[in-house]
Amino acid sequence: MASNVAIIGDGEAVLAFRAAGVDTYTASDAQSAKETLRKCAKKYKVILVSDVFCKELDEWLKRFLQDAYPVIVPVPTGEGSNGYAEEKMKEQMERALGVDILFGREDR
Amino acid sequence: MARLNVNPTRMELKKLKARLSTAVRGHKLLKDKSDEMVRRFSVLIRENRRLRLEVEKEMAECQKEFAFAAGLLSPEALLKALSQPSSHVDARFDTQNIMSVDVPKIEVTAQESDGYPYAFSEITGEADYAVKRTAKLVESLLRLAEVEKAVAMLAVEIERNKRRVNALEYVMIPQIEETIKYITGKLEENDRAATTRLMKVKSMMQQE
Repeated sequence: MASNVAIIGDGEAVLAFRAAGVDTYTASDAQSAKETLRKCAKKYKVILVSDVFCKELDEWLKRFLQDAYPVIVPVPTGEGSNGYAEEKMKEQMERALGVDILFGREDR
Repeated sequence: MARLNVNPTRMELKKLKARLSTAVRGHKLLKDKSDEMVRRFSVLIRENRRLRLEVEKEMAECQKEFAFAAGLLSPEALLKALSQPSSHVDARFDTQNIMSVDVPKIEVTAQESDGYPYAFSEITGEADYAVKRTAKLVESLLRLAEVEKAVAMLAVEIERNKRRVNALEYVMIPQIEETIKYITGKLEENDRAATTRLMKVKSMMQQE
């Protein structure tokens, strides 16, 4: 059975996932990541995308919110998280609730 | 608030009253839906955050370990050693319905692992840890995928619903109420005009 999970990242950092049964694709910049993602969107259920690319493709990724699948998950790269996922969470919270219920305490 | 452009007749009044009661009921239902969605959302987003932090921490460690392993080998040898998957995650990809939003439901059914994808002579011991941990990580990544998507979809739906509630509360309902008032006023005035006309006619007839 073909895998339902794919990862798009840069360089060899994604190789470890190949051993774990995840299909791996590499992309050097956001534009090529976008192309790869477009091709993968129909084939896979869950696509892990390096958060550096996610940040650049933010607007474009919104279209994937309409259906349950595929799920695009931003994952941190070798250099650690760039805070994209946290930012998204904040944004969603403010849109839905109007207040920050998670991160507010730390700011004060 | 502008009133609707309708003729002040009894027929229209009846129609409007029906519309008003529908609008009020719809408003109440949507408001309840909104409340429940917000409750679910706040539960889910807490879960999302917990998972996210966990995964990011684990992921960073995995990457570090892997970089360590990769550093000890030539890129070609590494590619060759890891080109075949050794473990495989089986999952059922379903959807579930949270307040009429279809969100993904991912159930990890089995995770098979048949050791390592390479011969031990090919690669160093560091890779073992990295590969094993990454395989485990995939499971929590799938869980994160499920929750994160649900949160994102709910956020969109809550916003949309809020707009509907507001449109009903601040536009539709006041508009209809005002139009009803206008029509009742107009009808009463017609009644009064008719009565006075009758009285006038009667008094004219009595004078003759």
